[in-house]
This record gives sequence, C-alpha cells and structure tokens, in this order.
Amino acid sequence: MADFVLPRNSKVKSGKVWPKPEDTSNTRTFKVYRWSPDENENPSIDTYTVDMNSCGPMVLDALIKIKNEIDPTLTFRRSCREGVCGSCAMNIDGCNTLACTSFNSEVKGDIKIYPLPHQEVVKDLVPDMTHFFAQYREVEPWLKADSQPPERERLQSIEDREKLDGLYECILCACCSTSCPSYWWNADRYLGPAVLLQAYRWLADSRDEATGDRLDKLEDPFRLYRCHTIMNCTKTCPKSLNPAKAIAEIKKMMLERQI
Amino acid sequence: MNLQSPLGKARGLGAAKSGTNHWWMQRLTAIGLIPLSIWFIIEILLAVGNDYNGAKEFIRNPFTAIFLILFIVLTFHHAQLGLQVVVEDYVKRKPFEIGLLILIKGAAILLSLTALFAVLSIAFGGA
Ligand code: SF4
Ligand code: SF4
Ligand code: FES
Repeated sequence: MADFVLPRNSKVKSGKVWPKPEDTSNTRTFKVYRWSPDENENPSIDTYTVDMNSCGPMVLDALIKIKNEIDPTLTFRRSCREGVCGSCAMNIDGCNTLACTSFNSEVKGDIKIYPLPHQEVVKDLVPDMTHFFAQYREVEPWLKADSQPPERERLQSIEDREKLDGLYECILCACCSTSCPSYWWNADRYLGPAVLLQAYRWLADSRDEATGDRLDKLEDPFRLYRCHTIMNCTKTCPKSLNPAKAIAEIKKMMLERQI
Repeated sequence: MNLQSPLGKARGLGAAKSGTNHWWMQRLTAIGLIPLSIWFIIEILLAVGNDYNGAKEFIRNPFTAIFLILFIVLTFHHAQLGLQVVVEDYVKRKPFEIGLLILIKGAAILLSLTALFAVLSIAFGGA
C-alpha cells in the first residue's frame, strides 16, 4: 500500500523550547521542524520565541533572525528573498508556500513551519529535490527545432507569445507537486503538477517543433494520468499559477491527436 | 544499494504509450450514466408495488430492455475503470496489484454478463 503513516524513525517528537527574549511582550512563537542526519534521532519540533520589534514582516525574516540570533544550526534554503528563485518553499501553517512572500501577520497563533511534505529531508527544512529536478530534466525543457535556425531570433506572434503567460512564470519551487496526493503516492512514476506545467510550457510554444515527441513521452497512465484533478496544486501555488489547467490542456492535446 | 542515476530513475521504463483511452472512456461513461441513472431511478420508483408479472412486462418493453442493457454495460465498464485507478494509485506491490486488476476486470465481466443474461432472458420470454 501507499505509505499513509510515517515510518517509525520519522515520527515527530516534541523538541527544544528556546529561551524567550526578555523585556518585550511583542513576540511570536515559531514551531519549526528539526531533523539532522548527524544525530541518530527522530525529527522534533523546536519552539522559538521571536522579538517582533526587531524582525522583518516575512516568515523568512523570522527564520533568518532565529538562525542569526537564537540557533545557528537551523537549516533552510533561501536566496532571492523576493519570490523568484523558489528556494525557500516550505510548509507554513499547513500550506506549501514561499517563506519570503508569506507575512507572519497572516498566520494566526503559533507559526508552524515544516519542510515540503512527503519528500526526503536532507536537514531541517531542506528537502531532497534530486528526483524532482531529474523529472524536470526528463521532459527536456528547452526549445527543440529541426528547421534551420534563422539569422536572428525565432519569431513568435504576439498572440502565440501570450499562450506562454501563466506558464513561464513558474519558479519550480515544487510547492504544487508536494501538495499533490497523487505525487505523494506515486512520485516514482507520476511527473507531478510542476513538471507537467513545464512540459506544457513547451507544448504551448509555437516555436517548438517536437510537440508530437513530447506528447509521446507523456502518454502514460502514470506520468500524466495520475492527475485526478484534485486541484491542491492550483490552490497552493505561491505564484498564483494553474498547473491543474495546464495538465488538462495536455490531456486535451492527447485526445485531439487521437480523434 | 541503488547507484542508478537520478535521470535513469526518473525515466524508468519509459512511457507506456497508453492512458488517453482509459481517461476518455472514464469521462464518456460518466457522462452517459448521468441521464441513464436518472431514467433508471425513475423507472424503479414507478415499478414499486409491481408484482412479478408486472416487472416482466416492464423489462419486455424493447426500449426498456435496450436502455437497461446500456445502463448495465456502462455501469460495469465505468466501475472497472474507476477501481483500476484506485488500485494503481494505492497498491504498491506488483504481483498483488496485477492480481487485483485481473480480479476487478473478471468480476466486472462476470457480473455484467449475468445481468445482461437476465435482461435478455426476460426480454425474449425465456423466464
Ligand atoms: S507551478 Fe507554482 S507551485 Fe508549482 S513549481 Fe511552479 S511556481 Fe511553484
Ligand atoms: S490537479 Fe492533478 S496535479 Fe494538481 S493536485 Fe490534483 S492530482 Fe495533483
Ligand atoms: S528566497 Fe527566493 S523564492 Fe523565497
């Protein structure tokens, strides 16, 4: 069966409660998932209390403040801190999203932070993205054309360019794929919403000449058809994209070339 | 130890080159079953209180018989397609998965043939 419960060594215990800042009452409590490969321990939830008078507005600001001032061992990915690199994707208050574009003020009560669900954890909030990016590589996300390259750029009409809107903005943060139950149970074969949206980005590109080959590679009960239109992906995407719709468009193309 | 490359793992056995037909049939049978189910429920409600002969009369009507046959075929086809998805989603051990898929298909064929045989027997006056 699919794994519905965590294996014994992944059961989450309660962890360390770090000291509160003194002389301020303007604080927020952060409950953060911790796990280190170096210690032979189960994961745990550490509790940090952060002085909000000297903390930026975003969840990422709080994490950086915790790392700088309370606990330097806390590990997470971040780079751009403005929602364009996709590194800081994590599960905040029960939703997959970007720490750098999530306001602390939008979470009620304790701010609970976990790594992206159902991925192997490298350390703390850092999931192993190896398979995810290998799947991205598998759909060959680059322009493929056999025609002689023109002297200058390959031309595309304004209308055709508009077909890529809502697709090219994807930052491959994997929030959608790791929110998809089908991806949880069958990630070994199902490509998941992020990679399928990227696949469609090339299927929808008027300059690409490999549409048929691309469809051939997706024509599979698992690679594509594990999507059951549950729509978690679209609900969670921090860039407000619609992977479920992109997947539906791929299915439409599949049908179109058969009937 | 598995030293296969991540890309090798992701590519796996390649695309099966099928899936669209299954998906399309699932939609079509679902759409077909909407009016058929409504018709079936209405007919059953109208037949409440009928005796055995009344029920036989009802099924002997050629339109009823044809719609019943269609209803049976679509229901079992749709159920088989749907259960297949559930098994593929959740059952991870291959031999067990294949066994279940054969069982579901076999049960759907057997049950639908039984139902069709019953309708046809009555329709052609055998029962
Ligand atoms: S579609 Fe949205 S959630 Fe999914 S990877 Fe792209 S940006 Fe992230
Ligand atoms: S719509 Fe498809 S890809 Fe999106 S969450 Fe649902 S099953 Fe996953
Ligand atoms: S740090 Fe780049 S998306 Fe959050």
